[in-house]
Amino acid sequence: MRGVGGYGEGGGEDQVDLFEYQGKQLLARFGVPVSAGEAVETVDDAVAAAERLGFPVVVKAQVQVGGRGKAGGIKLADSGDQTRQHASNILGMDIKGHVVRTVWIEKASDISEEYYASFTLDRAAKKHLGMMSAKGGVDIEQVAEEDPAAIARVHIDPLVGIEDYHARQLVFGARLNPAARSGAITILKQLYKAFVELDADLVEINPLILTPDGRVHALDAKVSLDDNAAFRHPEFEALRSLSSLDPRERAARERGLNYIGLDGEVGIIGNGAGLVMSTLDVVNQAGGKAANFLDVGGGAGAKTIANALEVITADPKVRSVLINIFGGITRCDLVAQGILDGFGTIDVKVPVVVRLDGTSAEEGRAILAASPRDGLMSAATMLEAAARAVELAKSGQEA
Amino acid sequence: MAIIIDENTRVVVQGLTGREGRFHALRNREYGTKVVAGVTPGKGGADVEGIPVFDTVVDAVEATGANASIIFVPARFAGDAVYEAADSGVSVIVCITEGVPAHDEARFVNYVQRAYPDTVLIGPNCPGLISPGKSNIGIMPGEITLPGGPVGLVSRSGTLTYQAVHELTQRGIGQTTCVGIGGDPVPGTGFIDCLSRFEADPDTKACVMIGEIGGSDEETAAEYVRQHVKKPVVAFIAGQTAPPGRRMGHAGAIISGGKGTAAEKIAALEKAGIRVAKSPADIGETLAVALGASATA
Repeated sequence: MRGVGGYGEGGGEDQVDLFEYQGKQLLARFGVPVSAGEAVETVDDAVAAAERLGFPVVVKAQVQVGGRGKAGGIKLADSGDQTRQHASNILGMDIKGHVVRTVWIEKASDISEEYYASFTLDRAAKKHLGMMSAKGGVDIEQVAEEDPAAIARVHIDPLVGIEDYHARQLVFGARLNPAARSGAITILKQLYKAFVELDADLVEINPLILTPDGRVHALDAKVSLDDNAAFRHPEFEALRSLSSLDPRERAARERGLNYIGLDGEVGIIGNGAGLVMSTLDVVNQAGGKAANFLDVGGGAGAKTIANALEVITADPKVRSVLINIFGGITRCDLVAQGILDGFGTIDVKVPVVVRLDGTSAEEGRAILAASPRDGLMSAATMLEAAARAVELAKSGQEA
Repeated sequence: MAIIIDENTRVVVQGLTGREGRFHALRNREYGTKVVAGVTPGKGGADVEGIPVFDTVVDAVEATGANASIIFVPARFAGDAVYEAADSGVSVIVCITEGVPAHDEARFVNYVQRAYPDTVLIGPNCPGLISPGKSNIGIMPGEITLPGGPVGLVSRSGTLTYQAVHELTQRGIGQTTCVGIGGDPVPGTGFIDCLSRFEADPDTKACVMIGEIGGSDEETAAEYVRQHVKKPVVAFIAGQTAPPGRRMGHAGAIISGGKGTAAEKIAALEKAGIRVAKSPADIGETLAVALGASATA
């Protein structure tokens, strides 16, 4: 659980996206067959791992973004020298803005056919959704667009869970090779069990392969965990700390803030996801761009606000800050106090525009008015505040 | 009239003795809500400023005739609290708690819908609902609302609801009921549930619907409005500049696989004849236009 908020006007949690090797290790616990492999961070360790596993091996970049194969992040190696060459190319490689820090060295598999299998939650149906396709190894969204009939779907009642017939509907519906049927049914049931017991938002195997000797096997794994369930999964913490967060996002998370880094110049602090999103939109309409999304959640106190101000002003791109609070569970007097505390403890070099409305707004505005600070100003409405913050960001850039 | 809750609603507060539960229950009571009981296991027999506390919801319902529950328990106990409320027979359950695991939510939302089709579950991760002048169940600041209608409001966002209500009230446009359905992927009550109730409510003359990026609930609601809602509907969608692939605070607010963008939602709403406000500050103006001269007086 996050440190702040806890009740309905704040945000929610992020998901924890895992690397392929983490996903495979988790799925293996549920019996899903995966290739033997090792995760390493140096070229020497890559060579040593490959020699332990036996050649040929596959050197796979561990990044949380698709398209790594096309980017040269997956290579087959027949020898120690080839492993060394590929690992040194791949480690440190930038794939769509994600720098490769870990490679997964895996025993190479012979592939006859490639399939797709996944479980997720269908929001509209309020049911679990299983999907399977005989067209695997490619982007499933592309298959959905070009050949929707190639994807078999089945809804599963969350109160009942998977029965064999669900798995059969997927396997027969996707017209899998008869040789793969029984292996695929077993894996689908294991995958569903992993989906539920891990509190995952998504479990996906793409490709799920059929080998020439008739085995069905997960060659990739994509697992996203629901951070809201972290309280009953102590292992989430270790998995999360390994994922590649933007340093600004890491700093914010350590302070219990719900933060997403963007690339504009107006720092945003607000309460409630919808209001913060709209603040981003209004800044955009006023001709500026937001540097971030930061939701302090419901019921934020002075400490949270001061922390938020610290995180935002540490971003060198930020030229002005817009604090937009509509108090319900959040009290504007505490917000005002937090802003003053922030000004007291950190060196705020950029102008800060504050708009307070709702619970204790008058008290909050009075607190700010009674303690004027250089560069700290109030605005009466959200639009006025946005216009002001954008104007200040622009004049700050020229100065 | 109002939808879902009114002056006859009698509320039991699950988690009354906790910090948030106590604060908001007392605030709701001060507003005029009939807060008749609290539940905290092990604290039965105590009271909070005169509100009697019971060990179980069933005890509270039997003793006080409560017909609605509001839940202020931590996320890990939210599922348990919803099941207990539903099985106690209350007809309205408002789950304020945020951060409920999605798998728990999927199970209890399905359970309540199936076992108690007439029970209304609002939330989780929602600010609750208010029928101005009658009953306020949740964390919305009652003082920004204006009783008497003619507007019914339904929203996925908490604070954005306050912003919209504030704009309406400042223009002298009152509200029948404002429902915050919450920003989670599987809300107990959706846009369509509320819109159909507003359409049937004689005092509601127009609806405001506040959506955000992610999922397809706004699109589905737009199609429902086109087919079934004759009253004017005004909408706003948050997240027009949100980047794809990132959850914007709410678990449900994410553009994934190019789906769920604000642009798509706005296009679907406009196609259904719904006026879409450009910013939260324009909601009042857009609604006034939709209602015609009568509302601006």
